[in-house]
Amino acid sequence: MSSTTDHELLTPDADRPVRSYPKFIWWGLGESTNGSPLFYLWMFILTAVALVGANAWAVQVADGMIVTNMTDHVSWGLYIANFTFMVGVAAGGVMMVIPAYLYRDKKMQDVVIVGEILAIAAIVMCLLFVVVDLGRPERFWHLIPGIGRFNWPMSMLTWDVIVLNVYLLLNLHICGYLLYMRFLGRKPNKTWYLPFVLISIFWAISIHTVTAFLYCGLGGRPFWNTALLAPRFLASAFVAGPALILIIFIVLRNLVGRNIDEAPSHLLIKIVRVTILINLLMVISEVFTEFYTGGAHTDSARYLFLGLHGHNALVPWIWTAVAFNVVAAVLFLSPWVFKRTSVLTIACVLAFIGAWIEKGMGLIVPGFVPSTLHEIVEYTPSLTEWKVSAGIWAFGLMILTVLLKLAIAVFRRQSEESLQ
Amino acid sequence: MTDTNDRDKKKISLPILQQPSTRRTALKIAGVTLGLAAFGKAISPLMVIPENVSLSEFLQQHYKELSEDDKKEIFARLESEAKENYGANVSISDPKPIPGVKFGYAINLSKCNGNGKCMEACNQENNHHRGVDQSYIRVLEMTKGSMDMEQGNTTYDHTVPQDDKYYMPVQCQQCDNPPCVTVCPVEATWKEDDGIVVVDYNWCIGCRYCEAACPYHARRFNWEQPEIPADEVNPNQGYLSNRIRPQGTMEKCHYCLHRTREGRAPACLEACPTGARVFGDLNDPDSDINWVLKNKRVFVLKEELGTRPSFFYFFD
Repeated sequence: MSSTTDHELLTPDADRPVRSYPKFIWWGLGESTNGSPLFYLWMFILTAVALVGANAWAVQVADGMIVTNMTDHVSWGLYIANFTFMVGVAAGGVMMVIPAYLYRDKKMQDVVIVGEILAIAAIVMCLLFVVVDLGRPERFWHLIPGIGRFNWPMSMLTWDVIVLNVYLLLNLHICGYLLYMRFLGRKPNKTWYLPFVLISIFWAISIHTVTAFLYCGLGGRPFWNTALLAPRFLASAFVAGPALILIIFIVLRNLVGRNIDEAPSHLLIKIVRVTILINLLMVISEVFTEFYTGGAHTDSARYLFLGLHGHNALVPWIWTAVAFNVVAAVLFLSPWVFKRTSVLTIACVLAFIGAWIEKGMGLIVPGFVPSTLHEIVEYTPSLTEWKVSAGIWAFGLMILTVLLKLAIAVFRRQSEESLQ
Repeated sequence: MTDTNDRDKKKISLPILQQPSTRRTALKIAGVTLGLAAFGKAISPLMVIPENVSLSEFLQQHYKELSEDDKKEIFARLESEAKENYGANVSISDPKPIPGVKFGYAINLSKCNGNGKCMEACNQENNHHRGVDQSYIRVLEMTKGSMDMEQGNTTYDHTVPQDDKYYMPVQCQQCDNPPCVTVCPVEATWKEDDGIVVVDYNWCIGCRYCEAACPYHARRFNWEQPEIPADEVNPNQGYLSNRIRPQGTMEKCHYCLHRTREGRAPACLEACPTGARVFGDLNDPDSDINWVLKNKRVFVLKEELGTRPSFFYFFD
């Protein structure tokens, strides 16, 4: 604790009081854990689900990954599917950062923090989804450069470890700095955040490109081995990310009751109107190539969309995704999306779930079916996998909630001070 | 303390550490405590890690960084673990590649009749999990007139050979350009000087990226701790080959290096009743494998992928 003399030395200048970043975090934690009974109920439910997930994971580590439904044929499943999707959500926040800083949209600058907070929560989830997929999580230190043996630059997974962690740090820094400055009532110093913001724009693209390279670099998996994969990943990320941010805005408007400016939401809708069509175009392009060409290389696509030799576990999934994506596209392109919150909500939820299926189960699992020796072994996630995945989602939502509440507390405090 | 806080309140209204000591704060503390306790309970199954993994095993270095003394210690530990967990007296060795030797393998598809003895031999030789009849070999029953694996079937269950079929065993192709080695994030798998791709089972983190990368379905994951009856454990074990693998790590065919580096044939070759398998040193011009490569029409699987296998197929 600072002594009284220190305090007096610094307090004369009211703008530079004794405040430190850890104290700010502590204050924020206090503020962000205050709330209505509804908030506590929400957090209670999330905690409960997260605990169920943590327990399921611990059992999985003890008993082996036999408790999942993955096999030597389908060796990645729900965890890696969620991982891939969440990388997209993390990258999607950049669709707020670009207008805010590259096009200097003032109103977007006010709320861009939401996109950055979402990126933090999403990246934490990504890292957790990778950890729960490891057979020997206690050996994670083998991946730490310098201590372990880091197969960089050859292994795309090492690139992913780097870009994801750096993206997390970038966003922690940008969010933390901007909120702290606002908290102090100071104008942020551009040299302390603008370079990082510009890097983070490049970095958001890189995390999803590198994640696509994980898959499309594998020559033995024709379903993934397409140059379109990275652009497709980005297009669907720029649908799912903004869709989730739009949902967050709708929730905030209802719960916080504050007048959140409509302009950033409108801009995001306009962005999704474009990206959702680009994504559909790419899906159509891929589907055409696969089905018009035919041959054994297209078996995975056939399995996914039509079923193969009587095996069709994924067919209902993918057609749900297609239906959701198409309906979402129609809704987004209709004029009602600006006028009615209900239409916007439905459009966002459909687009989000559609992207989740398409890039999760619809992308990872068919890469393994049929296997490289053309055996067909199907996969449906086990209860353990659902529990662990739900647990990570719950934990991610907890981080998102707490960080959003922290940001709101800072904003509210600032507007109260400006009123005084 | 109070003094500072009062000042804070007056001058800068910073409610740090001065949240009202109300019921809400008490409830928050109670909630966090309860949450942490529940979390501890939830992840308590993780205690098997400190129970099963000693500190020295946890800190064990990569195979290539181990000194001879380290190895002695590790092998002794693994031997006592095999005794404790499987009731078997085993001896673990670490045969090195023979200088100048590069192993190659070829299969005569005109001779192979799909009897599956090679898979059985692999299962026994390599201390595979008995519960799932694990083996590093898969035999495809192929339709005559097609080289398309799409027409193949690995789960055939009838007398062999069938008239309209031929049989193609597939195992690790020990590629010269192995995608599995490229993708491993921790260098837990690598190509030895004699061409054999090996795995350090104590370094692998179990991410299964190699399993996704392999175009030949040659890699296997230990989804659970392998079960082997004590009297079936093969006691002659190599550290990089057939020792009993730990749960949660990757494994693959290693051309039985604990045998072949000592001049013996791989177990699958020895077990083959048809004489379809030819194994030897690619660098020795007089070896059987080189005779096959020179005199037969030889092909490799999925040549277009550029993996450059050291595993060949031919017809008489």
